[in-house]
Amino acid sequence: MTGNITFLGYGLAAIGPGIGVGLIFAAYLNGVARQPEARGMLQTIAFTGMALTEALAILGLVFAFVFKG
Amino acid sequence: MSLSVVPAHVLQVGIAAAEGDGGFQAPGTADFYWPVFGGDSNWAITRPGLVMFSSVAILAWFFVTVAGKLTIVPNKRQWMAEQAYGFVRNTIARDVIGAKDFKPFIPLLFTLFTLILFNNVMGVLPFVQFPTFSRIAFPIVLTLIVYIVYHTVAIRRKHGVLPYLKSLVPSGLPGWLIPIMFVLEFLTYFFIRPLTLALRLFGNMLAGHLMLLVFILGGEYLLIHGSSLFIQFSGILGLAFGVVMTFFELLVQFLQAFIFTLLTALYISDAVAEHH
Repeated sequence: MTGNITFLGYGLAAIGPGIGVGLIFAAYLNGVARQPEARGMLQTIAFTGMALTEALAILGLVFAFVFKG
Repeated sequence: MSLSVVPAHVLQVGIAAAEGDGGFQAPGTADFYWPVFGGDSNWAITRPGLVMFSSVAILAWFFVTVAGKLTIVPNKRQWMAEQAYGFVRNTIARDVIGAKDFKPFIPLLFTLFTLILFNNVMGVLPFVQFPTFSRIAFPIVLTLIVYIVYHTVAIRRKHGVLPYLKSLVPSGLPGWLIPIMFVLEFLTYFFIRPLTLALRLFGNMLAGHLMLLVFILGGEYLLIHGSSLFIQFSGILGLAFGVVMTFFELLVQFLQAFIFTLLTALYISDAVAEHH
């Protein structure tokens, strides 16, 4: 079995952002359940936070390709 | 280029017994380079290039013809255009930038949203099936436009480059913290933001399309070249999961268009804000 260690590294690097995105949407669901009228504002904040957290995973993906060679 | 992705290895282990024509060739980044005209030269017209040209033409035709004959009772096309415009104008532009300053930026945001959404959906549209933004050049160009816009707006709003740089640091910090904060904020505004904006769109489109390739090509290989009934059945499962992931991709494609536009609006709202 051949492979490349960078992909294992990317898998490990994706754990943190995965947990982070989960926490963000858990908080978003909680917030909307408590105050449905705040949905619009919370949605923007949730997606912004998700974008920031996801950036880490995306940097990991790109670096996996960069360090592959 | 022998790029291997993990699911392909799992597949390869599964079909190690089945000798095929050179084994399963895992899909990789090489699958995304697809010149149509002009051969291998740097000026070749590639498949994503063609998709981009046609998408610009189709979007322009759609919105120009809709805007040409607006009626009070909208027909189906006008309703679609109005929904998209209302979504960008109200949910993204007005809510993020604020009711005072959002008007000049609607054309930019609307163009970005429709162009990205249309090109992303091309990734699963039958017979086209190429997400344009899985080639890094396209996100870079869009990000360059956004980058220039939000810095220009900020410099004009803050009356010069130096006041703009000063406004990066929030007021009321202790003196020793100011240089550290300045470096961090400078990196964020000038490097991290454009980098992640381009890479997010690119990474999502590339990874999503690669995943579909793995499931569908791998499923097809298992189904056709599998040696036993069990392996062929798992090939069918792979193909079925490819269909499921296609619908998941639709969601991701919409979400990425939304997030790109939302972040653009967010950066612009930072630029037009009076205080940091």
